[in-house]
Amino acid sequence: MKFALFTGCVSQGATRELMVSTKKAAEGLGIDFVEMKSAACCGAGVVGEKSSILADTLNARSFAIAEKQGLDLVTICSTCQGVLKKSECNIKSDPEYKKKINHILSEGGHQYDGTSRIKHFANILATDEGIARLKERIKRPLTGLKVAAFYGCYVLRPSGLSDFENPDNPTGLEEIFEVLGATPVYYPSRTKCCGFPIVMMNKTASLEMAGNALVDAIESGADCVVTGCPLCHLNLDSYQPEIDQLMKKKYSVPVLHLPQLVALALGYSPKELDMDKHIVSTLQVKRKLHPVS
Amino acid sequence: MATFRIKRYNPEIKPEPYYEEFQLDIPEGATLLDCINLIKWTQDGTLTYRMSCRSAICGSCGMKANGHAQLACQRQATSLLDKDDTITIEPLGNMQPIKDLVVDFEPFWDKVNKIKPYLQNDVSPPQKERTQSPEQFRLIDDSSTCIMCGNCYSDCNVLEVDDKFLGPAALAKAQRFVGDSRDKKTLERVTELSEPGGIWDCTHCGECVERCPKPAQPFYRIKEIMSVALEQGVHNNNGARHALSFVKSVKSSGRLNENMIPVESMGYFNFKGLIDLIPIGLRMLLKRKIPPIIHKSIDDVKDVKRIFKELDQ
Repeated sequence: MKFALFTGCVSQGATRELMVSTKKAAEGLGIDFVEMKSAACCGAGVVGEKSSILADTLNARSFAIAEKQGLDLVTICSTCQGVLKKSECNIKSDPEYKKKINHILSEGGHQYDGTSRIKHFANILATDEGIARLKERIKRPLTGLKVAAFYGCYVLRPSGLSDFENPDNPTGLEEIFEVLGATPVYYPSRTKCCGFPIVMMNKTASLEMAGNALVDAIESGADCVVTGCPLCHLNLDSYQPEIDQLMKKKYSVPVLHLPQLVALALGYSPKELDMDKHIVSTLQVKRKLHPVS
Repeated sequence: MATFRIKRYNPEIKPEPYYEEFQLDIPEGATLLDCINLIKWTQDGTLTYRMSCRSAICGSCGMKANGHAQLACQRQATSLLDKDDTITIEPLGNMQPIKDLVVDFEPFWDKVNKIKPYLQNDVSPPQKERTQSPEQFRLIDDSSTCIMCGNCYSDCNVLEVDDKFLGPAALAKAQRFVGDSRDKKTLERVTELSEPGGIWDCTHCGECVERCPKPAQPFYRIKEIMSVALEQGVHNNNGARHALSFVKSVKSSGRLNENMIPVESMGYFNFKGLIDLIPIGLRMLLKRKIPPIIHKSIDDVKDVKRIFKELDQ
């Protein structure tokens, strides 16, 4: 399994533990990730607010880079995934637009054909091969750990661009948790928005959205929340102390990145996965871990 | 035999809502609305809901099925059955129920009225009508298809926590006029729409796109208004500053400068906003989560800069 890794900006910045754990999970699974060091930011839907052709051209450039390597592109961020898929859809559905974008790209030596697929890390794990590799290489089943998935909007909606079956009621992440030996916790907020995109514009609403999801997960019995989106992670983890004040509840729940959970099951230690760099203590998870076999 | 688990509410009889189950053999090809009609006609005449055209045109029969808003006339009932052969029906969300599946649309209409849903043009009209080219019409074609069913409003994630948000339907309607070549109040409109509760409070969750039964798809219309607002120079708000800072960062380094974005989104002279950033900044600093102070560019950033230039950005 070899892929072009679209790292996204946040895994290089405020959630570096995501990058660290992605590398460990890939190593443990024998997945070869070729880091796309010249790919630009996906735009997070924000560059498109200024100019949609600008966002689509920058993303077509990233697709072209993966194509040149003959690899499918893998994201580790729900937002990158959704935004890249939307750009791909915009370009593929309009031949004239594609021609125009390719004309702009050509001067930089790039050509977009549309041959590389764009997949979120969760969706390569959820394939037959991904599941088989997981089963083969698990060294520490996460038995007894109750895990609440938080999907992140962009991998689910619009449903036409989602790789999850039944995006209104997905089970892809929960199925991965089961393979890892953990117990999935189903709760209504798992497909909702974390509120991060408006944390600079309407902080109270943003944190209340995150807070409602956290309370929902905790009251459903979760030991931790696991997300495939570093932006969700920022709101759910980094803002949790302020969320607690807002919600007037003394709850605390660790929030892990999906690759961290996977790598724990593959036998890596919490320290190797930078789990001490979270804002909310991850002790609750560490206590439930069994020794590596 | 299918079970229809319907949320009932009649404050004249019982103050709290409750669920009631009805059993029905779903006739072949029946929509959810057909089934609800059958229940009303053959089992309980007091069951209350709105309906009219049965053809996804009037927008009356919006309701939640299995937790998501949809037009009852537009869904095959069998497609909604869960593993226990049950369909859970509830009134639309984010609005107060009046009776059973009927909700109070007044706040919805108030917000639609707030965006001035009519053409504003003081120039005296030509002898015939004010015309548009097909290209000009294309800009408002999608938003013109909105049937005001309220599905987007029902499932909007922001409205769940902030009822001051104008919401997806009103904002899609706003795009219908912001994008109209005959309207002469574009700047005034985008200025008002950039206020708190307007376009920049949309959280990009995409629920409205998913629930919209037409091509109106409010989230995409909201993004179109954002583009116009930025183009018209309406920059004095956190949303616009955030977008501009984001674009500036990608232009200069190919990637996001996470240390600058919060500060530039708040605005250098917005002292209250900047002070508000201190707790999160300190928390991140203590956990060594602050992004690297020296912001590194992507490889071949020159090519990214060239693309910006080529597109006049």
